[in-house]
Amino acid sequence: MKKYAYFPGCSLEKMAQSYHMSAMETTRKLDIELQELDDWNCCGATAYFHVDEILAYTLTARNLAMAEKAGLDLVAPCSACYKNSYFTNKNLKQDPDLADHINYALEEDNLSFSGSIAVHHLMEVYVHDVGLEEIKAKVSHPLKGLRVAPYYGCQIMRPRKDHEDIESPQFFEDLLSAVGAEPIDYPGRLRCCGGSLILTSRDAALNMVYILLQSAVDRGATVIATACPLCQVNLECYQQQVNQEYGTNFSVPVLYFTQLVGLAFGVPPKRLGIGRELVSTEEVLSYIEEGEPYE
Amino acid sequence: MNEKVGVYVCHCGTNIAGVVDVESVAQWSAETLKNRDVVVGRDYEFMCSSLGQELIQNDIKELGLTRVVVAACSPHLHEQTFRTACDRAGLNPYLCELVSIREQVSWVHTDKSAATEKAKAVISGGVERVLMHEALEPLQVPIHPATMVVGGGIAGIQAALEIADAGRQVYLVEREPSIGGHMAQFDKTFPTLDCSACILTPKMVSAGTHPNITLLTWSEVENVDGYVGNFTVSVRQKARYVNIDACTGCGICWEKCPKKVIDDVYEAGFGQRKAIYTPFPQAVPKYPVIDVENCIYFINGKCKACQIFCPTEPNSIDFEQEDQLIDIEVGNIILATGFDLFDSTRIPQYGYGKLANVFSSLEFERMCNASGPTNGDIVMRDRKTTPKSVGIIHCVGSRDKNYNEYCSTICCMQSLKFAHLVIERTGAEVYNFYIDMRTAFKDYEEFYQRVLEEGGHFIRGKVAEVTDAARTPEEEGKLIIQAEDTLIGRQRRIPVDMVVLSAGLEPRHDAKEVAKQFGIACSANSWFIEKHPKLDPVSTMTEGIFIAGCVQGPKDIPASVAQGAATAARVLARIQQGEISLEPVRASVIEEKCSGCRICNDLCPFTAIIFHEDRMVTEINPALCQGCGTCVAACPAGAITGTGFSDEQIYAQIDGLLMLNLEQPLEAVAG
Repeated sequence: MKKYAYFPGCSLEKMAQSYHMSAMETTRKLDIELQELDDWNCCGATAYFHVDEILAYTLTARNLAMAEKAGLDLVAPCSACYKNSYFTNKNLKQDPDLADHINYALEEDNLSFSGSIAVHHLMEVYVHDVGLEEIKAKVSHPLKGLRVAPYYGCQIMRPRKDHEDIESPQFFEDLLSAVGAEPIDYPGRLRCCGGSLILTSRDAALNMVYILLQSAVDRGATVIATACPLCQVNLECYQQQVNQEYGTNFSVPVLYFTQLVGLAFGVPPKRLGIGRELVSTEEVLSYIEEGEPYE
Repeated sequence: MNEKVGVYVCHCGTNIAGVVDVESVAQWSAETLKNRDVVVGRDYEFMCSSLGQELIQNDIKELGLTRVVVAACSPHLHEQTFRTACDRAGLNPYLCELVSIREQVSWVHTDKSAATEKAKAVISGGVERVLMHEALEPLQVPIHPATMVVGGGIAGIQAALEIADAGRQVYLVEREPSIGGHMAQFDKTFPTLDCSACILTPKMVSAGTHPNITLLTWSEVENVDGYVGNFTVSVRQKARYVNIDACTGCGICWEKCPKKVIDDVYEAGFGQRKAIYTPFPQAVPKYPVIDVENCIYFINGKCKACQIFCPTEPNSIDFEQEDQLIDIEVGNIILATGFDLFDSTRIPQYGYGKLANVFSSLEFERMCNASGPTNGDIVMRDRKTTPKSVGIIHCVGSRDKNYNEYCSTICCMQSLKFAHLVIERTGAEVYNFYIDMRTAFKDYEEFYQRVLEEGGHFIRGKVAEVTDAARTPEEEGKLIIQAEDTLIGRQRRIPVDMVVLSAGLEPRHDAKEVAKQFGIACSANSWFIEKHPKLDPVSTMTEGIFIAGCVQGPKDIPASVAQGAATAARVLARIQQGEISLEPVRASVIEEKCSGCRICNDLCPFTAIIFHEDRMVTEINPALCQGCGTCVAACPAGAITGTGFSDEQIYAQIDGLLMLNLEQPLEAVAG
């Protein structure tokens, strides 16, 4: 059994509970243990690094230090948590002076950062650590014919991390193919969802959501798959507003990749948090092939 | 000891004197180093001036100096000056030592008294070292009067013609079936818009018919042995499967050949050729080659159409022909192996290879060319529709830290040329997306103005993506170029019918291996390195190997031609001299100490080290050795010694630096 330190982040506590549930269900099937950090804190989100960089590093480094104490690599399902943790880890490793500074603060908590662990996005664990062959082997209810728009969003790729081809990644598509679905190619897959602009500059963000939804629907997507709670909210919860603003009639469900993987693994939809969304997933469920009965 | 050492301290204006108290340094040298055989210490404003040199020469004559130490700039600059000065006064030049108190002292310190003390230490080291020097005589080697030019593009052709016209033998080696290089692919040349073929083919014909030029096309260098003046190069002449003594180049064979092949080289993947082919109508030589990977006969033993239809007597097609290895002796080698085009598929967001109407610059050159696949018509991928709007993207793969950081220099002008041709031939709207317009050199800026007046649109901004995903009815069916227009500070989406990517230039994919083969250095991104970027741009650190054209870095046709001619001038001067004197500063192996461990074997950047399997010892070829000292330092047995940098000399210099040569060593200096 592979074991990771798990940093769910704030979204997965409430808005994105279904991401958390489906992550737990599917990793269990893949013989992976996600051991939640005991007393994790906010990653700093979008804003904090621009307000006070040193404090933001300290905040994020605390999570890293706890994972180091447990001797486990850190896994974050939320792309923002992942990005902040990844770059804190990287930058502190490269700048021992900064690390000293941060460690001075962490000492208060009997923690210290040494740079001994790696930070992964949850999807990386599936694609790289587990591997597609292993995932294929676990599929009992292939999502045959289900046209899925893989939506990378921005922070899983950007800023440039030291791996993957940033401009044309394929791992999301590969993962969807592995569970039997049909990933579609559409121009929006790497675009920004608007992020937190939805609160501060609603028109600009709605336009971005509109472009994304339109390009996925134009290419015949039945469902959009995402790997980030904020993307999920923007794409799903604001569909109604986009429809009002642009006179469109979108009704496309937006699910976490873990939910689709879970369906293919034969996990009952309810245990994956399916049924809590604003856009009906009925059509998606109709694609699940008859396989072995659900456990 | 009874040597007489003179110490000369240069002010270099205020370069040195502004930080180092040169007068006291000179005085100190004469007094304190007296018991180290120093008999005179002088300072002078510019030691390298004629008067400064005369000062040294007079002392050699009048005081009978047997050793000289000059404390001035880096040996890279003036070592030769002072050696020659000593030589003229009758002192062996290798008994003169130049120590740097400018680059290593005055330019890097601000504390004057500490810098002065450090200058003293550096001079003390120089004195101890020069006392250990021996008189050396340079090695004279004869220069073979023939030259090899590798690469038959415009730079190589120019070099070959200049040398041949001067009456010397040239071997021009070219990998492809014909000489001509990239220039043969172009339609027009900027900024004059003269036809590329019209100005190139006369030179190709001259090279092909010149009595002093031996053309070796469809050939590659396999091995290089020897050293300046005396290289032996083995060249593999690949089998053409065509008997060139019989072939008239009539073209019936390629007309009848049933196998069409996409031509990735000459047509840049945009057009086709046959399995037996000459790359283009004006090819030199005129003889075709058979591409065995695609020839039906070579694949399944049937066909032979070319042989059947060949009208010559005897038949020119010879399926039994084999590669030939030819050893050629030459005195000098010119490398003009050119560039590869940046592969635009590496920038997926520009859509090359995915979106049909995105073209690479070389594809577009072929499209514009009257003898190209579209007979010069500018049309979309369907080869019928004339575009109504064309976007030209500059700096594709250049000036981009994700790909190549350097500027490819030719793309701005090339893009302007494209813009002009599109406007002239189709009347389409043209949008140039640039980061900066770089139109340096004669008549280039004027050409830019001309294209502006012709109505070309210029948008300053790096293109984010080229997509076919329309957002508005006007964008339907178009390619949309999304870019930030940094002049108006807004994002723009410009729908066009066709996109041309002005891709950058890259070193040949095998540049590193070629550099190794010829024993020269290439930069981290694989351009070959010249001896001096300003003052010796066509020589390399390896004597007898010269470089011309894009192999050294991106450049346009005029610059490539100039470099080709420059290498020829350098080579001809060498040949004229008849022999060359080589620096005697080089390494040699003391055989009794050599254990045959071979640690040094792979380290030599000049491939001067030979290993004798029979005796299990290493030997250094004195003509190839450039005296870098790498092997001397690496040898664990201390079996390699360098004249001019022996262990004894280095240890003596260190003792001098630490002032251990003085009865009362100074306190640590320049702390």
